Amino acid sequence: MDFITSHLLSLILFTPTVAAALLILLPRAQPKLLRWVALLASLVPLALSLVAWMRFDMFAGGFQFEELAGWYTSIGSNYHLGVDGLSLPMVLLTTLLTPLCILAAFSIQERVRVFLALFLLLETGMLGVFLSLDLLLFFVFWEVGLVPMYFLINQWGSKNRDYASLKFLIYTMGGSLGLLLAIQMLRLVVGTFDLPVLYERWPSLNQSLFGLPIGTVKTIAFWAFTIAFAIKVPVWPFHTWLPDAHTEAPTAGSMILAGVLLKLGAYGFLRLVLPLFPAQAQAFAWVLALLAVAAIVFGAFASWGQSDFKRLVAYSSVNHMGFVVLGIAAAAWARGTASAADAVIAMNGAVLQMFNHGLSAAGMFFLVGVLYERTHTRELNDFGGLFPLAPIYGGILIFTSMGSLGLPGLGGFVSEFLVVRGSWPIFPLFTAVAMLGLLLTGAYVLKAIQKVLHGAVNTRWKETALEIAPREVIAIAPLMLLMLVIGIWPAWLLNVINAAVSRLFG
Amino acid sequence: MPLEALLWLIPLPPLVAFFVILLFTRSNRKLSHALAIGLLAVSWLMAMIVFAGAVRTDGLAEHPIQSSIPWFPTGSTVFSVGALIDPLGAVTLFFVAWTLLAIFVYSVGYHNFGQPNGEHDTPGLPPHGAHSRDASGHEHSVPSVEPLYSRFFAFISLFAFGMLLLVVSDNLLTLFVGWEVMGLCSYLLIGFWYGKDSAKRAAVKAFLTTRVGDVFMLLGLATLYAQTGTLSYRTLFSHEVLARLVETPSYIPGLSMAALAGLFLFMGTVGKSAQWPLHVWLPDAMEGPTPVSALIHAATMVSAGVYLIVRCFPLLTAGLEHGSSFTLGLIAFIGAFSALFAATIALAQNDIKRVLAYSTISQLGYMVAAVGIGAYVAAAFHLLTHAFFKALLFLGSGSVIHGVEHGVLHTGNHQLDAQDMFKMGGLRRRMPITFATFLIGGLALSGFPLITAGFWSKDEILADAFGHGHLIVFITLALSALLTAFYTARQITLTFLGEPRTEEARHAHESVWTMTAPLVLLSVFAIAAGWVGIPEHFPGLGGLLPNWFHEFVGSTLGEAPEAVPFSAVPLLTSIGVALTGLGLGWLVYRRIPAGAPDPVARALGPLHTLLKNKYYFDEFYDLILVRPLRWFGETFVYQWVDRGLIDGILHGIGRLAAGLGFFFRRAIDLPVINGFGDLVGEGTKRAGRSLRVLQTGRVQQYLLIGLINVAVVGALLFYLSALRP
Repeated sequence: MDFITSHLLSLILFTPTVAAALLILLPRAQPKLLRWVALLASLVPLALSLVAWMRFDMFAGGFQFEELAGWYTSIGSNYHLGVDGLSLPMVLLTTLLTPLCILAAFSIQERVRVFLALFLLLETGMLGVFLSLDLLLFFVFWEVGLVPMYFLINQWGSKNRDYASLKFLIYTMGGSLGLLLAIQMLRLVVGTFDLPVLYERWPSLNQSLFGLPIGTVKTIAFWAFTIAFAIKVPVWPFHTWLPDAHTEAPTAGSMILAGVLLKLGAYGFLRLVLPLFPAQAQAFAWVLALLAVAAIVFGAFASWGQSDFKRLVAYSSVNHMGFVVLGIAAAAWARGTASAADAVIAMNGAVLQMFNHGLSAAGMFFLVGVLYERTHTRELNDFGGLFPLAPIYGGILIFTSMGSLGLPGLGGFVSEFLVVRGSWPIFPLFTAVAMLGLLLTGAYVLKAIQKVLHGAVNTRWKETALEIAPREVIAIAPLMLLMLVIGIWPAWLLNVINAAVSRLFG
Repeated sequence: MPLEALLWLIPLPPLVAFFVILLFTRSNRKLSHALAIGLLAVSWLMAMIVFAGAVRTDGLAEHPIQSSIPWFPTGSTVFSVGALIDPLGAVTLFFVAWTLLAIFVYSVGYHNFGQPNGEHDTPGLPPHGAHSRDASGHEHSVPSVEPLYSRFFAFISLFAFGMLLLVVSDNLLTLFVGWEVMGLCSYLLIGFWYGKDSAKRAAVKAFLTTRVGDVFMLLGLATLYAQTGTLSYRTLFSHEVLARLVETPSYIPGLSMAALAGLFLFMGTVGKSAQWPLHVWLPDAMEGPTPVSALIHAATMVSAGVYLIVRCFPLLTAGLEHGSSFTLGLIAFIGAFSALFAATIALAQNDIKRVLAYSTISQLGYMVAAVGIGAYVAAAFHLLTHAFFKALLFLGSGSVIHGVEHGVLHTGNHQLDAQDMFKMGGLRRRMPITFATFLIGGLALSGFPLITAGFWSKDEILADAFGHGHLIVFITLALSALLTAFYTARQITLTFLGEPRTEEARHAHESVWTMTAPLVLLSVFAIAAGWVGIPEHFPGLGGLLPNWFHEFVGSTLGEAPEAVPFSAVPLLTSIGVALTGLGLGWLVYRRIPAGAPDPVARALGPLHTLLKNKYYFDEFYDLILVRPLRWFGETFVYQWVDRGLIDGILHGIGRLAAGLGFFFRRAIDLPVINGFGDLVGEGTKRAGRSLRVLQTGRVQQYLLIGLINVAVVGALLFYLSALRP
């Protein structure tokens, strides 16, 4: 017991890896066994992160459940883990979505063992990013997550998977080149990769470096970080890898991609960019806000313009993540000024929106997948009139779509309202334009519902068993429940976020 | 239980009904409607208890029934939400609870509960009727039960939750939650028969058009919240807060924060209450089942828009003394314009429900205009009476349509449009209860003097407009009152009077008691609701009953606004236009034979075509908004920018990288690096190959070469030594 409590984060982090290794030892020919082992194993990190959630003290400052051990001591890098109110919700989101994705992936028939093992490795990669308090470790996990995802798209994806997986891999790696260089530079200047130490020393550093004024060096490093994370979020115009990757990935891959992987980018802004480069973030916040608004508006327009169901949902992520970045930009701009209170609200909204989008986007991709598995098409014009054929599926689709649309009473509304509320006094013009995106959110969500469900009974699929299966209902029910709970009672989550945000940005 | 606690609970029972029906009792129709109506009755009972308690509370305006709890943290502060009933809330709660109850019961009959399943009915389409065999073996065509019967009750239960939540809210945010939940229900219920192309289009149109207003409203909430740190009415509308809002300049030069927020909130009203220019969705919303039209698109949801501006009256009028009446002026203009504009369209509609839909826009315009001219109490009063008589009219029209559909089942002519008034006539004999109640509703709508509720509330608005010198508004509203009376008389005459114009109308049938009982109930209110607000100085009747409404609701503002002094001009105008309109309508339409054209169409000529096509607003919006935006999304943003430009650049970079690699291979790797390696290797090889000829393996040749070598070297040595001095 003592071991568990003192190594809670390591256990959360590496249980999936161990499970992946275990899977490889199991017989390939027994997919059923493999699936259940993977599912049960993925419940362990969930249970452990619930333990962490319960034991987490939101009023205490700094990081909790910290673990520190030497790693690459010769270059000053340590195995340093810890969580605070920003990362804990993300950890919970990751460990929650992984079992649901595995459950959704029960329908995968070919090379089940490798698929599940890769998926569990992916979980470790994502968790590592949220848990690391060491820049090098952060970077390692950042890259580790890429590889399984690449193979998931490349091996289990649909028709255009080669192009999509390569685009995804090259784009993200291209972005992280600058990140790696910037990390090295920070290490060179401050002498450590340790984040808490860097938080203290780097922002206040005030000497010229490499013969350049410190401001210039910091600005360059700021952009290196920013571009890496902007690609991951993705912020317009770095977003075009997303529709391809999401559309081609297998269902579970799309779920985790939209649910968690995009959050890594936003988390990078919260964890690294804003604390390490407060002055630069403030100076360039308007650029970020501008791009965020572009993502909100153009993402919504592009989503509306799709006739491929999955691509429509993929573009909706661009639209929704735009609100996260808008909140972050507003907070970066206003922190430390007279409107710091607005900054805190915007940031609360941004973090909550990350969580909510994780729920609704994963749910939407799952539902697209349910339909695709039965009809083998994603073309909206092939559907229509499916409601009488699959009434339960239809109800679930409408519910989840409404969550994605930000209907009051469901979680998305609270976070979008907080972002709008926070950024409106800070960036009135940008926020006003963003409202156009919010309007169009309605347009594309209703377009999807109308094109899929409504209309006279569809004779083409009359013989197909379209109705959602019990296993699939179980996979999406927790997401729906959480959307509703957060919409009605957001305080349980916002309290944790708010406490951390107030300390960091208040 | 204290009233504060009861207040919280009012919206919840229908929500429970919604979830229970959808999750568990879908297949059991009886259980589903019993749950929906039973749980709504619980809410209704609680609402009545709260209402009775509220009426009996002295100084309710200063000490409303309220309580609140923290909802979520925002930095160092907490955002609280709560429930509140003040005089305005109490009155709204009263009419909402009653109309909800009436319409829930009505829906049982409307959806043919107890009738057999239709042989050809599918979910998502209105039932077509069934055949049943009676005891003597005769086959009859009978109506068939709605295939999605339970789902309908689930949806209207969720709707009831939204509306009740909106009414009991003490703040703008939960009001907005209820507002949007209703929007969702409106969408789901307009598209209830989603198999019909027109219905699914109408549903999307309604949701998106109102959403235009909603996003502005959201900005309004953000503005108020950012400026004041709260959204609860009590704090927001206190003098200090309002004074601060008026003094703070907004982002738009010349507008104070108060004016900006007021404008934004009003945009929400324009969308929700279907005011021009966002009115286009409401007539199409008639695609939904008729109880939905009555409930959502007449009595409650569209009224919520007016409720919002009545609620925010202190904000809208703040700063009036500084002369910033821009917002109010705009509100008065939009309201009065919508009132007249919609009334003209209603003249040329033949669909019984569409006439009522335009009439609703027009009447809501009355209320909006009333707010715009500062007639707070009159707006609330008309809100109350209109809810009753318009719900009554819609339910009556549903009963008429049902009756005609009965005739359709009898004749088997399914091509007949059962909603076309020109296909009706003489229904008073076949459907006496529907006729009597519809007549009451129609008279109330036209403001028939003295006995109807509509007269008192409409008269008060006219009197306010006249008394406060808003002559243009007064004339516009009087003119639309004339038109209203005219089209109402047209509707009643065409539908109920004269002789049946079709075989179907001849065989129409009075509706079942679950439908007629709510009609009777509502018609009582359509008359009696006016008695609570008879002005004190009204000749003859004034003072017989106290003007309770004015004092009670008026006190919400702190001090009740002064009643306008009595003047004969608005009174005579209001009586005059009502009687003239009704009389003219009856005269023109009383003898229309089957197949005859509309006499007004001939009289108005091309203008009638314009009206019939609703001034071509749908086409206009399609041309300037929908198509360009769609092109922008599909072609510009996706095809050109994303696929063309951005991906083009990416592919360009990719190609550049690949090209560079190719270049390095061709220009550097191959010739230089490989070339050097090759040079070394190949050179050695080539040298070896050329030298190979020397190594023939013949001894004579080696000896010869040796000899030559010795000779050459010897000659060289000799030559060199000979040169030495």
